[in-house]
Amino acid sequence: MLAALSAALVGLAIVLSFWVAPEDADQGISQKIFYFHVPIALTAYACFGWGAWKALRLLWKGGDRHDLESYVAIHQGTIFGALTLATGSIWAKASWGHWWVWDSNQLVLFLVLFLFYSAYFMLRFSIEEGPRRANVSAVYALFGVALIPVSFFAIRLAEDFIHPTTFTRDGPQMTGTMFLAFCVSWVAITLVAYTLYRVELLGKRLDGNLRELREALS
Amino acid sequence: MRYFGDVAALARKDLRLELRARDTLPAMLLFVLSTLVVFHFALPTGADEVAAQGLLWVALVFTALLGLARAWAPERDGGALEGLVLAPSDRSAIWLGKSAAVFVFLGLIELVALPAFALFFSPLQAEGVAGALLANVGICAVGTLLAAMAAASRTRELILPLLFLPLAIPLVVGGVGASVSTEPGRYLLFLGLYDAVFAILCWASFEYVVSE
Repeated sequence: MLAALSAALVGLAIVLSFWVAPEDADQGISQKIFYFHVPIALTAYACFGWGAWKALRLLWKGGDRHDLESYVAIHQGTIFGALTLATGSIWAKASWGHWWVWDSNQLVLFLVLFLFYSAYFMLRFSIEEGPRRANVSAVYALFGVALIPVSFFAIRLAEDFIHPTTFTRDGPQMTGTMFLAFCVSWVAITLVAYTLYRVELLGKRLDGNLRELREALS
Repeated sequence: MRYFGDVAALARKDLRLELRARDTLPAMLLFVLSTLVVFHFALPTGADEVAAQGLLWVALVFTALLGLARAWAPERDGGALEGLVLAPSDRSAIWLGKSAAVFVFLGLIELVALPAFALFFSPLQAEGVAGALLANVGICAVGTLLAAMAAASRTRELILPLLFLPLAIPLVVGGVGASVSTEPGRYLLFLGLYDAVFAILCWASFEYVVSE
């Protein structure tokens, strides 16, 4: 049911972005990718945040389920992070003519985060399963979430005048319908991420149960 | 003040070990000097002075990695880490003591590397040196904890650069900014922020990295 709702909302988001919202004066139709790129990026951050929250719960209270939930959230976050880089790259090519611009500090620092979380998987799977692995993964997840604001400040610090700043202190620099399309898209992508999270979590739990049963029977 | 007594004892142990064995420091020294020479050949003619400043930070980060890979070797080889963890003191003291020792090592290396850089390329401003010191704190704090994580894994030295480099990037941004920007104050402040945030995080979470 969750999946159906996600699919419906994504459909709505697509309709709104392409047919209802007006074209951007400067960038034309290529600006439309923003309706997906930014929500995907925000969802990736949300996934990393959720993973870090579960990690904190693990270190605080203990319990295997928090470890699995943290891992799945970070897995989803990494996937959405890869999507962010892909969509950002497409937008860069459309807007500025290059697939990758080092001047765009926001894309670069998202790359840093992506590298960081890719290393999470390398770390996790190089340690034997058990409480040590859960603890170490949790600490690393918390480091990731600390890296996000630090990287954000590094963006603001290094002068960045290429990546369009859509949300300034004066509020969103968009018209009404554009903002609506953006919000719908954001909710849709978040719902997709949550659906995938639940599916993967269920799958991993089933795997774990199956393994336990096999061990008990043999 | 028993906590700081423990930290001092642990740091002193590491310094004494290094003084007797003399294996890590000379290697780091030679590595950083060789790297600087390689950079001379890597930079095309007519390259910016600014580009060279950036490369200094590459040299420092990779030299630090070299030292960090060996940081927990005495504890791992002698099986001493379990003993330290079981000792009746705060486990974060283990991290702080080790970080302090690594900081001293890195400082000693920079005492040679920075003048060498000034000799080979261009002199450093005071802000650049301040940036190097602040970045050192960050490198040691974060690097020591990540090295402990790497020590727990199967792949050890292989995984430490993967864990360390993404976290080192803000330090490089801060350090290079402090060296080349017209407003170095902002970058130094940023380095201070990084140090504060990650030192506290490392201090609080080290216990979970070394215990089950």
